[in-house]
Amino acid sequence: MIGLGERVGASPPRVDGAAKVTGAARYVDDLQPPGCLVGRTVRSRVAHGVLRALERDPGFDWSDVTFVTAADVPGRNVVTLIEDDQPVLVPVGGTIRHHDEAVALVAAPTKEKAEAARAAVRLVVDPLPAIFTLDDALRAEVKLHGQDNVFKRFEVTRGDDVERALAACDVVVEGVYETGAQEQMYIEPQGMLAAWEGDTCHVTGSLQCPYYVHKALKVTLGLPAERVVITQAVTGGGFGGKEEYPSMIGAHAALLARAAGRPVKVVYERDEDVAATTKRHPSRVRHRLGLAKDGRMLAADVDVLFDGGAYATLTQVVLSRGVLHAAGPYRIPTVRIVGRALATNHPPHGAFRGFGAPQTTFAYERQTAKAARALGMDPVALRRLNLYRDGDVTATGQTLRGSVAAHPTLDRVVAQLEQPPPAGRRTLPQAPHVKRGRGVATYFHGSGFTGSGEERLKGQATVAVAADGVLEVRAGSTDMGQGATTTFAQIAATALDVHVSQVRVAQPSTDKVPDSGPTVASRTCMIVGGLVDQAARAVRSKLEAFAAEVGLAADDPARGDLPALARRWAAARGELAETHTYRPPAGIRWDDQTYRGDAYPVFGWAACAVDVAVDTDTWEVVVERCVHAVDVGKAINPTIVQGQIDGGTVQALGWALWESVQYREGKVLNDRMTNCIIPTAIEAPELETLLVEEPYAHGPFGAKGVGEIPMDGPGAAVASAVEDALGVAMDELPLLPEVVHRRVRAGRAGGAA
Amino acid sequence: MEHAPATGRTRALRRLLVNGEPVDVPVAPHETLLEVLREGLGLTGTKHGCELGECGACAVLVDGVPVLACLTLAVELAEHQRVDTIEGLADGARLHPLQEAFAALGGLQCGYCTPGMLMTAKALLAREPRPTAAQVREALAGNLCRCTGYGPIVEAVLAAAPHVAGPAPLGAPAAAEARP
Repeated sequence: MIGLGERVGASPPRVDGAAKVTGAARYVDDLQPPGCLVGRTVRSRVAHGVLRALERDPGFDWSDVTFVTAADVPGRNVVTLIEDDQPVLVPVGGTIRHHDEAVALVAAPTKEKAEAARAAVRLVVDPLPAIFTLDDALRAEVKLHGQDNVFKRFEVTRGDDVERALAACDVVVEGVYETGAQEQMYIEPQGMLAAWEGDTCHVTGSLQCPYYVHKALKVTLGLPAERVVITQAVTGGGFGGKEEYPSMIGAHAALLARAAGRPVKVVYERDEDVAATTKRHPSRVRHRLGLAKDGRMLAADVDVLFDGGAYATLTQVVLSRGVLHAAGPYRIPTVRIVGRALATNHPPHGAFRGFGAPQTTFAYERQTAKAARALGMDPVALRRLNLYRDGDVTATGQTLRGSVAAHPTLDRVVAQLEQPPPAGRRTLPQAPHVKRGRGVATYFHGSGFTGSGEERLKGQATVAVAADGVLEVRAGSTDMGQGATTTFAQIAATALDVHVSQVRVAQPSTDKVPDSGPTVASRTCMIVGGLVDQAARAVRSKLEAFAAEVGLAADDPARGDLPALARRWAAARGELAETHTYRPPAGIRWDDQTYRGDAYPVFGWAACAVDVAVDTDTWEVVVERCVHAVDVGKAINPTIVQGQIDGGTVQALGWALWESVQYREGKVLNDRMTNCIIPTAIEAPELETLLVEEPYAHGPFGAKGVGEIPMDGPGAAVASAVEDALGVAMDELPLLPEVVHRRVRAGRAGGAA
Repeated sequence: MEHAPATGRTRALRRLLVNGEPVDVPVAPHETLLEVLREGLGLTGTKHGCELGECGACAVLVDGVPVLACLTLAVELAEHQRVDTIEGLADGARLHPLQEAFAALGGLQCGYCTPGMLMTAKALLAREPRPTAAQVREALAGNLCRCTGYGPIVEAVLAAAPHVAGPAPLGAPAAAEARP
């Protein structure tokens, strides 16, 4: 019988903990099959141009080098995702669209030889004029996509004509908000290992979504589904960065292994990873918010621009989420949101925790802070007046039905601020040149895929009595550190009433687990965890019926021993597998054409307050206090859930204060951890994280998404706190010292709002 | 100096004391300690994160002092020099208190920074058996973690400290007060 310390709601140790603290966990770079070659990628080094020729140095010893170009692609030369516009390798005669595109591949017995071979390939390129700014993309003098460089446009409207509504408001607050590219900076670089067994291609690697890689490689390799097998190795962080790019690296490794007739491992070095793989979309959001004198929000007009980079990749989905969150968690009767993602010659931007919502949240929460200032209202009181309550209607016309925790999260933060801050926190001295301020933000985040996405995905999960008699969870969802394995084990163990250690979670491999949908969008616990719960209950019923069938008396203690019954079932009848497929709850409606309806099955809610100190000699900003309350529905494992919030919060603080990938002529300038910096243990504040549980009726045990929401709001809270300290608007991120200084100077000169 | 013809390059045989065991490893002049550990000895618990000493994932102890294995040329090590890696941290099947605390308190998520964190924390507790939270943060500032926000790691080190005992590393004062 399950112990209380292991049930849902308790925090047993992670099931992958022992392997990770002893060094036994095997990441892709730790796998070394016999004869494995080292693969390296030859990149374009031009932001835009036509590839005329690939020349190999005739003086170089190519005898033990495998060389692969687009001509060696047996299937279609595309990275299959949403639009088939990105090649696996740019062909000779084809167009290079960014500085770090793959044009050829080499593999050799040692990395020294592979790197020398890479350097012995010369590209002949006719350069073309390129686009590096949103304004140049909008001008469309250079056309990268269609006639207007717009990858995708979404529009959401609610209520009256927005101009008329704004004209009738007592106060209209207007602002333009800009954010930069942010690197996921997982500590394990990306990498994939490919090996062919006969005509079947096996690819193992660091990835979030095995079935995305599977879908892409079938096309690139021209193989039927059963001849491509994708397996996740232990993965050292993803945060969205390993959602789509592993399809590219997997294709590269597979092509090299096919040509070499030996296993090939392609593991990126740090600078290559930062420069070539996807990052958070840079954004510019223009926002007008109209209010009545008493603080009621009456109208919002939002224009969202994202820099999509060189290929479509996931950009339209990221933009969709940004647009759907752009009005904030506030009752506003008249709304117009227009979002456009533009093509440029930057490497494609893509998925990163928050997925478009952090950019639009930054804008609406800065607007809310400015509105409070303009009205002379307390920023908390202004929010309390406008925050959604159960039964309110969102910008897309979605009526919120239960699990609305906008007020409870804000209340928790306000109460915590009454408590003394943590002892031993890092502070700046009390001195005349140190200014202090406080910022608040309230926000929401839709759990699961947008609109009809979950219905289309039809995610599946299986709970089985495996052939060896062990109770096993089989899901295509991956653990990249966020704790999916432990969460699934706990959900299944609770449903089966067994110990967590009596449940095995299968390593995700496309020949062994069903397609649960991608491990993204704050959906794994809520959607796939729900399927695990249902499937586990079905297995339990079958085993209990089996106990009766084999004649165990109702009071026989063996009837309650599910692991023993499972072993007995396996011995007598072989495997038992219960697979459940996601069905959306009744009453969820979404129209992709009008962008109206129920945008998400449910939302998570959060509030954050940040106290900063600004040194006006160095313009350093120190976060002295960060109180963050997040509604998660139900914390399956509170330690893991708190870890998600803490980690996401520090990533958000990093985005707010330091993290910005700098491009020059389309090339990443800061491609190392010393110049593309993330917070260390010293900068990360002592967080005050508060879990709020407003259960979701259709989530497992009431759980909903938690992975992304902590990324959304702290950026705005930090900027509003710096504004509070200095009296100058802070409308861009990150607030590096030079940015704060520039804005203060411009503010003194009357140049900024 | 002996010469081995491996991959056509000169390699010297170097005897090191790795996790308490004497091992003879062929070492090429340009090879880093990280390469020797991972590729030569198959000790893949020590991680490669940035190859330029930026992330701390490859931290190991040389004579009890944390070093970045990716910046240390193996030929710089003396004969019989002591190298301790994550593989030697547990006492057989019994986890080190730091390992227990990291696993129990959320001190790890993806696990990729964990070996370097643990080895750096071990060295900290050897020289500072009862550190403050600020001392832990300073000692671990060279080890980047992207998952946890660091709080649970600091908590785990503080929680493990009273349970850590054992001989002090070479050259460090005996940590008698650390013994339970």
